[in-house]
Amino acid sequence: MKYVDEYRDQELAKTIAGAIATEADSEKSYHFMEFCGGHTHAMFRYGVQDLMPQNVHFVHGPGCPVCVLPICRLDDAVELAERHGVILCTYGDMMRVPGTKHRSLMRAKADGADVRMVYSTLDALKIARENPERQVVFFAIGFETTTPPTAVAIKRAEAEGFKNFSVFCNHVLTPAAISHILESPEVRELGIVKIDGFLGPSHVSSVIGSQPFEFFAEEFQKPVVIAGFEPLDVMQSVLMLIRQVNEDRHEVENEYTRVVTEEGNLKAQALVSAVFELRKTFDWRGLGTVPYSALRIRDAYADFDAEKRFELSVKASREVTSCECPSILRGVKKPTDCKLFGTVCTPQNPIGSCMVSSEGACAAYWTYGRFREPKPLEAAK
Amino acid sequence: MSANDPRLAVTTSSVRGVVDMTHGAGGRAMAELIRDIFQRHLANEFLAQGNDAALLGTVCGRLVMATDAHVISPVFFPGGDIGALAIHGTINDVAMMGARPLWLSASFILEEGFPLAELERIVVSMAFAAREAGVPVVAGDTKVVEKGKGDGVFISTTGVGVLADGTDVSGSNARPGDAILVSGTMGDHGVAILSKRVHLDFETEIISDSQPLHDLVEAMLAAIPGIRVLRDPTRGGLSATLNEIAQQSKVGIVIREAAVPVKPEVAAACELLGLDPLNVANEGKLIVICAAQDAETLLTAIRAHPKGQDAAIIGEVVADQHALVRMKTRLGGMRVVDWIAGEQLPRIC
Ligand code: SF4
Repeated sequence: MKYVDEYRDQELAKTIAGAIATEADSEKSYHFMEFCGGHTHAMFRYGVQDLMPQNVHFVHGPGCPVCVLPICRLDDAVELAERHGVILCTYGDMMRVPGTKHRSLMRAKADGADVRMVYSTLDALKIARENPERQVVFFAIGFETTTPPTAVAIKRAEAEGFKNFSVFCNHVLTPAAISHILESPEVRELGIVKIDGFLGPSHVSSVIGSQPFEFFAEEFQKPVVIAGFEPLDVMQSVLMLIRQVNEDRHEVENEYTRVVTEEGNLKAQALVSAVFELRKTFDWRGLGTVPYSALRIRDAYADFDAEKRFELSVKASREVTSCECPSILRGVKKPTDCKLFGTVCTPQNPIGSCMVSSEGACAAYWTYGRFREPKPLEAAK
Repeated sequence: MSANDPRLAVTTSSVRGVVDMTHGAGGRAMAELIRDIFQRHLANEFLAQGNDAALLGTVCGRLVMATDAHVISPVFFPGGDIGALAIHGTINDVAMMGARPLWLSASFILEEGFPLAELERIVVSMAFAAREAGVPVVAGDTKVVEKGKGDGVFISTTGVGVLADGTDVSGSNARPGDAILVSGTMGDHGVAILSKRVHLDFETEIISDSQPLHDLVEAMLAAIPGIRVLRDPTRGGLSATLNEIAQQSKVGIVIREAAVPVKPEVAAACELLGLDPLNVANEGKLIVICAAQDAETLLTAIRAHPKGQDAAIIGEVVADQHALVRMKTRLGGMRVVDWIAGEQLPRIC
């Protein structure tokens, strides 16, 4: 398939792998964090690790929107569907994430709540149009890539005078999360998490541009290479990172020039800032409270803000204590460090969010990589 | 359905209106429904007997039997409909034992309010599929449920077939060293259904591969009587079926991504929908496992059949106490091929 296959070509992969093997200094070890779950997924799905030398390590980052949503926000969504009787529209993966006491949207639906899986914000608008007597809430999650479509939906709902459509906004921001990781004691002081460079997000950067990453490269002296999601993109970007480390450079480089520009998509940015504003703080699963790391709907569009339209109760939300998702999302632990991995927790029966989304590290390890473990794990029955 | 499809030549009766509770109540309305739709189109010597059960006569050989319930949305999809699918699905289940299908039965659960004209369209399509396959529907039943208690129409079919002496096909027969083949491209059916459901406009319309495979199986067994495993990768696609075989036979499986045939438009649609073609359902393809030395002969036989032109050898069976299915990726890496978790794509077959 044109435009897809050419980025997965085996011959090219061998060439890049050869270059990486030659240029990676065997005296050194390289630890690169891929921020995005999309990269984690691509690496495992295509077996990129098999083409890397022993001393190149990947640290999986928190860039999986389903994974980082804190349990309290999920509990809020369940409450919207159950107590407020709305039609709750959500992306598929979100349905299976267990909330407090394992209560997921899927469970709520089985118990009679009206939860519907949609593929886009426009599907949710359509449902609102077809059900004028019902309140319809779109459960918005995601990084900068999914924010513009949510803004479009809100604008359109306003233009068409919808009275029964609102958005439960949980959009989060990539640069804030990266800063937070780099400032965390695990990286800065304790040295538990070693990060020599970043594979920068691809789709997110197509919206925000490569420029926001200049700050990390400067301030934290870490190289960043914006990488596409195809496996060859990932490999090429690793090569670029190795070169920067070897040459002691820390710049923002763009491997994904076929899509990402320095300033990004200005139109999308304008649209987003017209509809959303920064939240002072937001809770992330794993990272905790991160300042200025999420968006909320501006007052001008308050009619479409589910948090204003419905009174949400304060809940005693609780994570499953033995689930290591929080540490995994900070890069402190690997999925195989979790006692539940592959025993109690599998994609069929996920205990934590990292096992639900295909972009989650636990799901990627289990689904694609479990033969790699010293003792391969039994296939789930 | 193309413009010259013989199904269009069948004159439909003048049924109007919708299914109501009287159609299942055993009275006049029900008798008319049976006469005007079911008997009219499915007509054969067995139904003509008009008794509570069909008298089938004697068969020589071991019998096999399979049953399958069909719930699908949308009911009509590019390349087929629930009626044809209900016939093909059960014929294929019987054929995957290496058996020759002989008879089918069909039962319908209709929801109050379902348009009779659509029901007739479905039955016409079933009748055509049964006739084309040479496997008659010899018994049937209909029930009606109240509005809201069903989803239009559910069809469940049962098939009986006969197995030739010496044929021993089973999911538990795979042995290390055996070759694994598929009869054609993967993922066509599931993508055809999904593309309709999410209103994706592709330049070329992807058509379901729904078709009966017993004739192909017959040709394959003629070439290699010692075929070890046959399976049709329906729900869960190639991944699920390979995992089932691995577990049943207690072996590992290694396939090559580059060898698995996938239509470019199916691959493109999967890319767009975030799906893996290996996890997507098929309704007219099979997986076959045979001894390595028979693989080329079998491949030639499959390719010689009109339903197997895109056949390929995709991998091999290996010894593995963990029964993992792995795949050498196009990039040159290795990964596990897993079952899909849960039912991400409900009701596509
Ligand atoms: S394996 Fe499951 S329980 Fe363990 S960290 Fe991952 S998601 Fe949480």
